[in-house]
Amino acid sequence: MAHEVAERNEQGTQVALVGIHKGGVHLAERLRTQLETIWHHPVPLGFVDVSMHRDDHSERLPRSIQPTTIPFDPTGKVVVLIDDVLFSGRTVRAAMDALTDLGRPKSIQLAVLIDRGNRELPIKADFVGKELPTSLEERVDVTWREDGATADAVRLVKA
Amino acid sequence: MSWTRKHLLDIQSLTPEEITTVLDTARAFKGVGERAIKKVPALRGKTVINLFVEPSTRTRISFELAAQRLTADIINFTAEASSLKKGETLKDTAKNLEALNADIIIIRHSATGAPHFLARFLNASVVNAGDGAHEHPTQALLDIFTIREKKGKIAGLNVTILGDILYSRVARSNIWALLKMGANVTLCGPSTLVPRTFEQMGCKVTYNVEEAIANADIINLLRIQHERQRQTMFPSIGEYTALFSLNKARLALTKPDALIMHPGPINRGVEIDSDVADSGRSVILDQVTNGLAVRMAVLYLCNGARSTNP
Repeated sequence: MAHEVAERNEQGTQVALVGIHKGGVHLAERLRTQLETIWHHPVPLGFVDVSMHRDDHSERLPRSIQPTTIPFDPTGKVVVLIDDVLFSGRTVRAAMDALTDLGRPKSIQLAVLIDRGNRELPIKADFVGKELPTSLEERVDVTWREDGATADAVRLVKA
Repeated sequence: MSWTRKHLLDIQSLTPEEITTVLDTARAFKGVGERAIKKVPALRGKTVINLFVEPSTRTRISFELAAQRLTADIINFTAEASSLKKGETLKDTAKNLEALNADIIIIRHSATGAPHFLARFLNASVVNAGDGAHEHPTQALLDIFTIREKKGKIAGLNVTILGDILYSRVARSNIWALLKMGANVTLCGPSTLVPRTFEQMGCKVTYNVEEAIANADIINLLRIQHERQRQTMFPSIGEYTALFSLNKARLALTKPDALIMHPGPINRGVEIDSDVADSGRSVILDQVTNGLAVRMAVLYLCNGARSTNP
């Protein structure tokens, strides 16, 4: 995925990464490490919590809510939004709203580890680790070594 | 998220986990105030009413701004310019406000239990912004948020509350919150304003200010509530200042990293010297900034819980 991002954005000097809490955090950190090796320069990285921007706040409270930390001005940057699983598209919509409150990126690209389909909004990822067609009765669990798992894993679970 | 309450009525009934949830949520909302666009759409389309039957400026403004930063609509209702003056009961006033489809009613009232009373019959969320000398939950939450932010923890800290404890809802809410979070609480002030009965809550009571501040990590100063005192509880302001004011000489007796807090409004030269209030040890203005974040978190959580389990 890092090579696809690098191919699309040649020198990468305008690129900044933004991981979406919580699922996108580790993927964003790993992509940054890879991209810094490819481009030989530091790549800015931030994190966004979309809870305050979701359209279903009235239906459920999130499990927790993390500070949004974007340590750079997104204005004029090519921002690559990063999440683990792309599903309805509502999280990505909320993340784009949150991001545009902070500045006006030159463009926004989307990188996800898993695209599980079932979109409810016209949103499409630019970089996809794996497409995984699922039904609404199924759940996709992603585990990371960074969180103490013995191995990275993506599991398709019957809900 | 461990939060299922649609009302915030007091600190006494909260669990330590619920208090932590508010603090963590407030940490996220604090970031919103530091941006160019200080607004998020979390409460878009919701109506919030500030029902202030007792006067207040800073708490009302803080709640008003909190609601606006969450994109809610907010109406300010003050007793002076209302039908309460024409004899309407509090219950009827609240029912009328709810008939306007208010989602959250924030109430400040001179009577203890007024918010609890409203919560019994309203579908809207009720948030206590101070009821008599009983509780002022958001003040306590912003105080412990500030303590946690500055000290990295609450448990194990020595917190001294100095001043008018008897008539202070800020003191009561703070005592509950601090004890639940594992802090050691010492109360100090004139004996008429700091009765020994507070020891039953688990606090230490002393009338010696030097002893009270010597080991304190936090010194929270309270204003003398002239408006709540039915008779003179101490001989004179001059004597209070001589015996209990936090001045430079007393500040020198404290731990070098002890922080000075005050819920405002401060009376310079009475409970606190100007030099001390403006010193680097004072976090009084941080409390104001944090109050906004805490109130955003409270509105967000109560609204979310009400929508989830009406």
